Amino acid sequence: MSPTISCSSVYKIFGDNAQKLLSENKGKVDAARFQEAGCIVGVNDASFDVNKGEMLVVMGLSGSGKSTLLRCISRLTDATAGKILVDGEDICLMNNKQLIELRREKMGMVFQNFALLPHKTVLENIAFPLQVKGVSTDNSIYKALEMVELVGLKGRENYFPRELSGGQQQRVGIARSLAVEPDIWFLDEPFSALDPLIRKEMQDEFLRLQSVLNKTIMFVTHDFDEALRLADRIAIMKDGIIEQLDKPDNIVLNPATDYVKRFTEDVPREKVLKISSIMDAVDTNASGDFAISQNAIIETVAEKILNSKDIIKVKDDNDNIVGSINPSKVIKVLFGG
Amino acid sequence: MDKNYLDLIRKSKPTQFGILLVLFFSFYYLVPHNEGNYLWRLPSLLKGIPLAINNIIFSALYDWFPLKVWDPVFEMYEEKAAFREFTKSVSQSLLFLITFVRELLLGGDKIIDVFVSDAWLKENDWLTWPALPWTAGAVGAFILGYQLNGIRLGLLGGIGALYIAVFGNWVPSIQTLSFVLITTPICFVLGLSFGIWGYLDKKVETALQPVLNIMQTMPQFAYLVPIIALFGLGDHAGSIATIIIATPPMIRNTILGLKRISPEVVEAGLMSGCTKFQLLFKVLIPTARRDILNGVNTVIMQCLAMVVIASFVGAKGLGLNLKVALNSLKIGKAAEAGLCIVIIAVILDRYTKAWANKPIDYFKNLSLFERYRPLILFGVALIIFSIVAFIANGYFDKINYLYLIPLEKGLTIAHYIDAGVDWVWDTFFYTLNTFNKFLITQVLIPMKKAYLGMPVVATFTLAMGVGYIVGGLRTGLIVGGMLLFIALSEYWDRALITMYMATFAVLMASLNGIVVGSIFSQTERGSQFILSVCDFFETFPSFVYLIPVIFLFNITDTSVLIAAIIYGTVPATRYTVWGLKSVPLSLHEAGTMSGVSRMQRWTNIEIPIAFPTIMLGVNQTVVFSLQMVILGALIGTEDLGQIIFGALSRTKDGAGVALTLGVFVSLIAISVDIIVRNWAEDRKKALGLA
Repeated sequence: MSPTISCSSVYKIFGDNAQKLLSENKGKVDAARFQEAGCIVGVNDASFDVNKGEMLVVMGLSGSGKSTLLRCISRLTDATAGKILVDGEDICLMNNKQLIELRREKMGMVFQNFALLPHKTVLENIAFPLQVKGVSTDNSIYKALEMVELVGLKGRENYFPRELSGGQQQRVGIARSLAVEPDIWFLDEPFSALDPLIRKEMQDEFLRLQSVLNKTIMFVTHDFDEALRLADRIAIMKDGIIEQLDKPDNIVLNPATDYVKRFTEDVPREKVLKISSIMDAVDTNASGDFAISQNAIIETVAEKILNSKDIIKVKDDNDNIVGSINPSKVIKVLFGG
Repeated sequence: MDKNYLDLIRKSKPTQFGILLVLFFSFYYLVPHNEGNYLWRLPSLLKGIPLAINNIIFSALYDWFPLKVWDPVFEMYEEKAAFREFTKSVSQSLLFLITFVRELLLGGDKIIDVFVSDAWLKENDWLTWPALPWTAGAVGAFILGYQLNGIRLGLLGGIGALYIAVFGNWVPSIQTLSFVLITTPICFVLGLSFGIWGYLDKKVETALQPVLNIMQTMPQFAYLVPIIALFGLGDHAGSIATIIIATPPMIRNTILGLKRISPEVVEAGLMSGCTKFQLLFKVLIPTARRDILNGVNTVIMQCLAMVVIASFVGAKGLGLNLKVALNSLKIGKAAEAGLCIVIIAVILDRYTKAWANKPIDYFKNLSLFERYRPLILFGVALIIFSIVAFIANGYFDKINYLYLIPLEKGLTIAHYIDAGVDWVWDTFFYTLNTFNKFLITQVLIPMKKAYLGMPVVATFTLAMGVGYIVGGLRTGLIVGGMLLFIALSEYWDRALITMYMATFAVLMASLNGIVVGSIFSQTERGSQFILSVCDFFETFPSFVYLIPVIFLFNITDTSVLIAAIIYGTVPATRYTVWGLKSVPLSLHEAGTMSGVSRMQRWTNIEIPIAFPTIMLGVNQTVVFSLQMVILGALIGTEDLGQIIFGALSRTKDGAGVALTLGVFVSLIAISVDIIVRNWAEDRKKALGLA
């Protein structure tokens, strides 16, 4: 099956003579040299796929180009060069009408500062994408009511954004982005403007929603922990370049560059790694009357393993024994050394 | 000179200012005062400009691009200038609209006349539209207010209307209202369109900026004569004058509001799949609604502020009454008409705001009656009160008090006001007169003489020097260029008098504003209070300030100056409060922990941080004071304003003179604005506040 989103060699360079510079350098972009020429490099040679139902988290510090990349894919800005296929169609070649059609049918986006329309109530904000599409007022409001329930804002339908807390506002933003039932869901630092406790709550809520909806997601964040918590795969960006794109546990175990390593160093491994990443081959000596799932996060089963003191069997989802785990390995992960 | 000295001068602004002052005073005292000396006064090389402008206007009106127009009376083609036909049709449509609204509310047969023949109308006496009885009008105002925002707003509207009617101002008020109801939407549409255009196209915005600057600083009088020349006299002419005055703030507010929208909201609109049209009308404009509505609010206030000036070109209503009362020094009558204008201003202000903030409830399941209840109620009230008025017609002898109350027959407290004025006059005559005399002989006349005794080279040195020190060579040259334009005309002395009055007013107003603002912003409640007082004073149309001062100080420069000072104090106070409130809390805490006293806090922390903001207030004060000084021509001054005002009676070059001098006044204001704004921005940057 072809990927839902497919980017190849996407560049975004800000500046008047970006096109010219890019063709002169034949795709070899050096940020410092471009800056001298009066251009700023936003995205530098990004190539990756996002599969259907997958959540790709783009992680990077401010100025790393992560939001720019997202905006290229939603075509809020035009990429300078490269191909961006959405369901096999190159969106860079689409005209305005096709683009509007695409956004009305397939895309939804959530913004860092919520971007709610201040003059519309919760309900009207959520119904807005439907109304611009031409859905009748009654139907759009009815659908919006459904969405209100989905994001848990029942009872606040007629509030204005200014009357809601940050977390509630972002729930409205989420509901609005989902109102047209898009396949592709863009989230641009959706929880960054929220307090830590609310952020945690919203992440849980988000995971719950995704487990129900199963959208194809691109999620941008500057928070590495958030990326680890949510992602199927993580792309780490620096200066417009994707430094590494991999599964969370692989990134923690095998950081590709020094830059990535600096993020992973302080990450508590037991919270990220699964048993499968530290297990040994099947060991006939393994005793104990229980087996542990290879997909369990170490932290969640550590106590159980350490209490047993013996080598423990590891099973896969179908209860086949696929390996063994020695408590000493768990100790090593927990306390280092 | 030693290199170190040069370096010192380059770095130290106080030294530069010191040198500038030395230069200024040496020119001041050394340049001989004689007419042939170009250092003393420049020759009036630009003397011919007003006449040239006039000639252009008239040739555009009568000669340019003739069209063949069929004349049905003489049954032949006649040559008519295109521009003239254009202005004629604009005038006629505007007049038609205003008359339409006016007759709808006040009755008459002019609109019917448009559709039927004169003769037929004369034969049929019954053919006249009846006026809305004021009783029904007041109930209508109540229902509308109630519908918009509940009982309190309803009462405000209802009681306001009741007051106006009972005090006999119903007819002129409705005349004024019809004027506002037509003019405001035109300003709104024009302002919004230009604003959107400016927002979408950077070039348009850059081009609009200087035009708006001049339009907003031109004295309102300056437009009157050209408008008479182009459009004739009447309500439509007043409306056009008002449109010119009131549209620029609408444009500015629109651009400001649209620019303030966060890019994310625009993106959210795009990602929702908006077309360009939907983005503009469903996302951008509604999101900028607050600023746009502030613009509408300003437009309404400007319309009401213009009613008196509009009456000079033939607009009827409260403005005309106020003008007539002022001319004959009937303070009481003038105050009553002024109060009605304020009441209308307040009601319209609140109604538009409530209307803008009214939410829609999607879950209300209304029956037909409920949905149209306000209209039905109004219809019922209309029928009842019409019947009452009809019956009352037989009951009352001459005047039907339940239909329309004429001005002379309404209640009035004008006598009491007049008596109060007389009492003040009798009691304090000596004190007031002494003060007045002292001020005129000891302060104003010497100051005026000092200004008039200033050689042109000294003035230029000072103005360009300040411009150069504050904003660099470019600013200095711009300021110099603007002043040069005035200096080469024959009105330089008049301009100096305007400058002297404005300087005095600005100094006093700023001082007042800073002191009052500082005192009140010591507590949160105090600053809230003084800001609402400022709001209140700003709802007064500018000429209202002239009413009380004239009778206290007679027709002298003092009256005009005091009005200008009071009027100019409002922005100075407002900006002082804003500036002081913007001092970060952490700085206050740092000050407290360093053990500052109240006074030390004010001089060492609050004022330095707030000063750039305060200066922006002073900038506003300059515009306000200058406007009032020019407006002072209404009661007699001898500056530029007098000539602009006098242009009303100049037939040969009136329009040109008014426009040229109007531009002079706005050049003075813009020069000050450039310098102050430059300085404030630099200062803000230096303080890290920008």
